Amino acid sequence: MAQDNGIIDKNLSAIPASARKAFLTRAFGSEDFTAKAAVLRREDPARAIIYVGAGTCGLAAGAAKTLEAARKYLKDNKLEADILEVGCIGYCAAEPLLDVQLPGRARVSFQRAAGAVTPALLDSVFKDKAPLKDHLLGQFGDGGRAWPKVPLLSEHPFFAKQLRFVLKHVGIVDPLSLQEHIARGGYGAFLKVIHTMTPAQACDAVEASGLRGRGGGGFPTGKKWKIALSSDADQKYIICNADEGDPGAFMDRSVIEGDPHRVLEGLAIGAYAIHASKAYVYIRAEYPLAIKNLKKAIADAKVCGLLGENIYGSGFDLDVIIKTGAGAFVCGEETALMNSIEGRRGMPRPRPPYPAVKGLFGKPTVINNVETFANVPEIMSQGPEAFAAIGTKGSKGTKVFALSGKVNRTGLVEIPMGTTLKEIVFDIGGGIENGRAFKAVQIGGPSGGCIPRSHMGIQVDYESLKTVGAMMGSGGLVVMDEDTCMVDVAKFFMDFIKKESCGKCIPCREGTLRMLEILKAITRHRRGEKEADTLARFSGIINLENLSQVIRETSLCGLGQTAPNPVLSTLRWFRDEYEAHIFERKCPAGACTEMLEFAIDADKCKGCTLCAKGCPTQAIVGKPKVPHYIVAEKCISCGSCRTVCKFKAVNAA
Amino acid sequence: MNAATKVEKVLENYSFAKRDKLIPILQDVQAADGYISKPAALKVAKHLGIPASKVYGVATFYNQFRFKPVGKHHILICRGTAVKGSAGVLKMCEEVLGIKAGDTTRDGLFSVEVVACIGACGLAPVISINGEFHAKVTADKLRKLVEDIRKTENSNGAR
Repeated sequence: MAQDNGIIDKNLSAIPASARKAFLTRAFGSEDFTAKAAVLRREDPARAIIYVGAGTCGLAAGAAKTLEAARKYLKDNKLEADILEVGCIGYCAAEPLLDVQLPGRARVSFQRAAGAVTPALLDSVFKDKAPLKDHLLGQFGDGGRAWPKVPLLSEHPFFAKQLRFVLKHVGIVDPLSLQEHIARGGYGAFLKVIHTMTPAQACDAVEASGLRGRGGGGFPTGKKWKIALSSDADQKYIICNADEGDPGAFMDRSVIEGDPHRVLEGLAIGAYAIHASKAYVYIRAEYPLAIKNLKKAIADAKVCGLLGENIYGSGFDLDVIIKTGAGAFVCGEETALMNSIEGRRGMPRPRPPYPAVKGLFGKPTVINNVETFANVPEIMSQGPEAFAAIGTKGSKGTKVFALSGKVNRTGLVEIPMGTTLKEIVFDIGGGIENGRAFKAVQIGGPSGGCIPRSHMGIQVDYESLKTVGAMMGSGGLVVMDEDTCMVDVAKFFMDFIKKESCGKCIPCREGTLRMLEILKAITRHRRGEKEADTLARFSGIINLENLSQVIRETSLCGLGQTAPNPVLSTLRWFRDEYEAHIFERKCPAGACTEMLEFAIDADKCKGCTLCAKGCPTQAIVGKPKVPHYIVAEKCISCGSCRTVCKFKAVNAA
Repeated sequence: MNAATKVEKVLENYSFAKRDKLIPILQDVQAADGYISKPAALKVAKHLGIPASKVYGVATFYNQFRFKPVGKHHILICRGTAVKGSAGVLKMCEEVLGIKAGDTTRDGLFSVEVVACIGACGLAPVISINGEFHAKVTADKLRKLVEDIRKTENSNGAR
């Protein structure tokens, strides 16, 4: 953590001396902050510090027990150390994470540090032995005497290819400490902007950086701000969209939990740039810890005078209000979100007028995603050129992805734009679990698409992903192996969208239901069909693609327009799987259990009658001690016979 | 404190409130009461000066609001993309408890709710019981959790 106080002064030297003095005195108690800031950054702590990754993910993995064990260890051994709950560093598969920093030594990090092993891990560090190898993740290389034979964390394959820009402080800092955030240069960019730049200049800077919306659409942020700035109104609003509803995406949660002040600072800069005096954060109710940390951050910032009226003499007022979402996926769509804030049903409005012209309560409104705002302070601090230097031609900066599914190293990864999918899945993610073969990645959630193995060399940026029928989306990245059936995946997303369709416009409300019916029909066994079902299935197959086009072209909002994407993209790359389901009535991956045909291996069956007793349709016949037989016409493929069989005599194909 | 006074207590914090406070009010009512009852919805409507049908319309639109009292142990099951196993967990849950998602057991001990994503996909499948998270849940693990809770409840002599 070798930072000098330049990081604080870099931005503050530009603002009026009186404001600088007032700010530093309020933040640190005196203008002379050098010593205090170093302590806050924990560069050379006087006593040991134990860090536990206690985000929602860490807690789910058992961080609470780790914390408890660490406290007990200190008490038992009469050791003095500070215990700090930090956010999630992103390596979910290795949680719970436990870091120890002894005075004068490098911070060392352990993985899978469950409560039971915690004492042993702490012992290995405090007794100055070598850190236990089995759980070792690495050491930090930014200060203190290094541990011998311990690899650097930044060289760990999970971190080596990452460029941590938004996640820079997540998992490193104490998310609840405003002082530490300031000691690491926080709010400097905000004060610089409100004192030395006009709103138009701030918009220009963001536009020059090339920052585009990280919530999915990819609209240039600076441009959006400019439209709102040029709209004339007595009141304007800015909204931070933290309604992260995409299945498989959790970066917004992690950023707010682990570094709430960064988001708040970005939001405040945005508010200044469009002349908004009221900001809303619309956050999901499912993220209690994120809400708690954000509330604390806002309260602290108010006390420190960073929010409120006439902020440090700049004449700029800002009030931040948290609105808790009530569980509707469609509220991630900006016009639906505004309806929700107004206390109505979260249904989209027709555009134009765009929110930047006529939005919340009829006033000009800018809505940006959490990750977008989290980029802003760094852009203002390092300058738009530094940001524009990262990434590809049309897509600048970094993107955080939530890597999950059948991959070895799951977690949050931040990569510069232009990194290939292959690098993300195989280098950072460490390949597929259990040595299975890779099949596809699903990127961008329900609105995105699947990318097959043959296109894994593709660079991740807004335009390239569109060429293969996928999109950036909010950044969910789900890896699928050979056991995944692509028709089943399409069915899952269709089911999700059908449930979450708000019902305002007909193409989405009716169309998604019909598409789901068609997908259900082709993953159903013939015996489940009655009367006209076969005919309906047949006509459905013929109309599936046509229906997709109609929904795409005629739906009101982004949710509906992208609703057919999961089907269209799987159809494009995995048409053979659809054909196998339709013509051969077989699921190649064996995931659609309803299509399986069960049979008993007469050589293995001992005639124990267990399966016959459990069969819900009495489809299994046979006498005790004689091999049994399944009557195919009666079988409903529930699989209960396979579950109960002790001799593995039931086969499915 | 009975339900009616609980709702009034919530509404006291929202004097002179307008329509935009409807969702926060409903959230507070649910937090205090466990669910949105019909009398509560009528009170809220009267307080805000909007038709009860609008309150009902908003409340039914959002997944968060319940219209049945919640069980003593409220189980949330995450149903995200990555959570392929959650269908099994949900089925298991329904089998063990004998109720469907969105319902409450007759003894009032358990209720099950399906949510889109808790936001810990790396550790899927995840469930949360009364706010305490459990990662990588299997059917057996779940059965044990439920049995443990039942046991403590019985030994406490509760009900």
